[in-house]
Amino acid sequence: MISNEFLQQVVNAISLGAIYSLFALGYAMVFSILGVLNLAHSAVFMWGAFLGLITVTEIKLPLLLAFPVAMVGAGLIAVALDFLAFRPLRRRNAPRISQLIVSIGASALLVSLSQLTFGTDPRRFPFDILPSGAIQGLPFRVTLIQVIVLITALILMVLLNILVLRTRLGQAMRAVAFNQRTASLLGVNVSGIFASTFFIAGALAGIAGVLYGLTYNSILPFMGDQVALKGLTAIVLGGMGSIPGAVLGGFGVAGLERFSVAVGGSDYRDAVVFLILFLMLLVRPQGLIGQKEQTRA
Amino acid sequence: MLNAYQETVFQFMLRDALLGLSIYLTLVTGMFSLANAGFLAIGAYISAVLWKYLGVPLEGALVIAPLACALIALPIGLPVLRLKDIYLAIATIGFGEVVRIMIINFDKIAQGVTGQPNLVITNGGAGISGIEKLAQTWQLILVLAVVAFLIYRLHRSRFGRAMAAIRQDERAAATMGINVVYVKVMIFVFSAALAGLAGVFDAFLARAIKPNDYGFTQAVNILAYAVLGGTSTLFGPIFGAFGLRVLPEALRFSQQFRGVLIGVLLLAVIIYLPGGLINPAAWNRLWVRLRGRRSGAVQGGG
Repeated sequence: MISNEFLQQVVNAISLGAIYSLFALGYAMVFSILGVLNLAHSAVFMWGAFLGLITVTEIKLPLLLAFPVAMVGAGLIAVALDFLAFRPLRRRNAPRISQLIVSIGASALLVSLSQLTFGTDPRRFPFDILPSGAIQGLPFRVTLIQVIVLITALILMVLLNILVLRTRLGQAMRAVAFNQRTASLLGVNVSGIFASTFFIAGALAGIAGVLYGLTYNSILPFMGDQVALKGLTAIVLGGMGSIPGAVLGGFGVAGLERFSVAVGGSDYRDAVVFLILFLMLLVRPQGLIGQKEQTRA
Repeated sequence: MLNAYQETVFQFMLRDALLGLSIYLTLVTGMFSLANAGFLAIGAYISAVLWKYLGVPLEGALVIAPLACALIALPIGLPVLRLKDIYLAIATIGFGEVVRIMIINFDKIAQGVTGQPNLVITNGGAGISGIEKLAQTWQLILVLAVVAFLIYRLHRSRFGRAMAAIRQDERAAATMGINVVYVKVMIFVFSAALAGLAGVFDAFLARAIKPNDYGFTQAVNILAYAVLGGTSTLFGPIFGAFGLRVLPEALRFSQQFRGVLIGVLLLAVIIYLPGGLINPAAWNRLWVRLRGRRSGAVQGGG
């Protein structure tokens, strides 16, 4: 017999894991196709949350429209980042570390801009936007928000899977990931693929931001920081450029986090997650299901 | 002379310069480590706790804190430095977060270990306040000068040439008989000790410290010193640190505008001036090109 407490933590972990997975997918896509770790991804996530919030509170549109607005808005921010920050470096063939530093700079810029625009106090969705009580008749507590989170995440993951494996765009993306130069010789518009990759990654971060904002109902400029490290841990767990790995890693991190809350209290949950990050990097940097990266002299 | 406010700004400039040199050491050895903010926190907290509960003065902390940071850096550096570029960056970002979380929860651990439920040492997220401002400008200048001189000497030593070789190509350096692991770990330890040293001054300048002062934002600031000034010479990060402290003050920027400035500078410098502002070779090339253009086609044709 499984105890109720355990079942409850599993439910919470699945809902949180769905958000982490959506977020980590963006890291993984950009990394697999461009070989770049985009640390500004968490700032795009935060902007997605704010865009969703503004849609509801300022423009007074229904919540259902906040999702597409946040996705398109965050996607466009990510594309702008690619144009302004990453493209000039690609042209110059700059080292990976320069790209990492540029993404750190972009992150600082986006976070500061949001502080200037929205202030540093947490903002909230109206409390009556979704019924916050538990759904009746189940052996554990599930809120409507958790159900929405999970369903949205599953739909997006299936769509992404179809996009990457079944469409021409996905084929071109995989070709660029495999070898940029060959892909461009075969007539793939490499710049276009980079822009679409950033758009998709940004859109996923944006909707993850809205879902996170709805779950905790607290949206502030620094909300990206915590998720950034969870997402990094997720892709390290799953193998840096692996898309199924990012999903697995996202749920894995959420599971670890909820499980350590159940065992040792909430103070150490982040420490446990980062300890796993450390150990994974040292023992199995290719991730749980990844393959070893080739080192070139 | 400087008024009190200007003197404080100047003191923070000197502290930032120490931090800039701390990240400079790892960068010139080809290691992209963002662990400095974590060691800064350790240094600051050790100094503050020792002063507050045991009455250890600044001079004592200047010895103890860097040593403690070095001792912590050694077991961390040995495994972590096997990682390269972005993997090292991720691991060191993780380290910084672990330090921050440990400081926030330190009292609970200490209470559990000692069995005293009211024990307060690091005071959680609120941090330690009421520290006396013991740091003097001359001490900061002296420490910075000594550190800069030691690094200058280090560059001209056998060890320094090994550092340069490792930055260029780690495998080639190993083939030439350089003990790569030894050099990298030693530099990581030096860098940590230097960040700890800056932490001592931080505690005795800021007078109140809290864990969130040493998060990822601080790590980014330290990185920005080295990026802005460049790592061609050791004056680069010092200049970068001075510039990033003075510019927002001179322009009377708020904290948010400071973030915007740092973000824009990181972007612009990496994209347009990859070697940073203090980059003699690049300025020399520019000078030669400009002079060539002025003196006309006779020399410009070659």
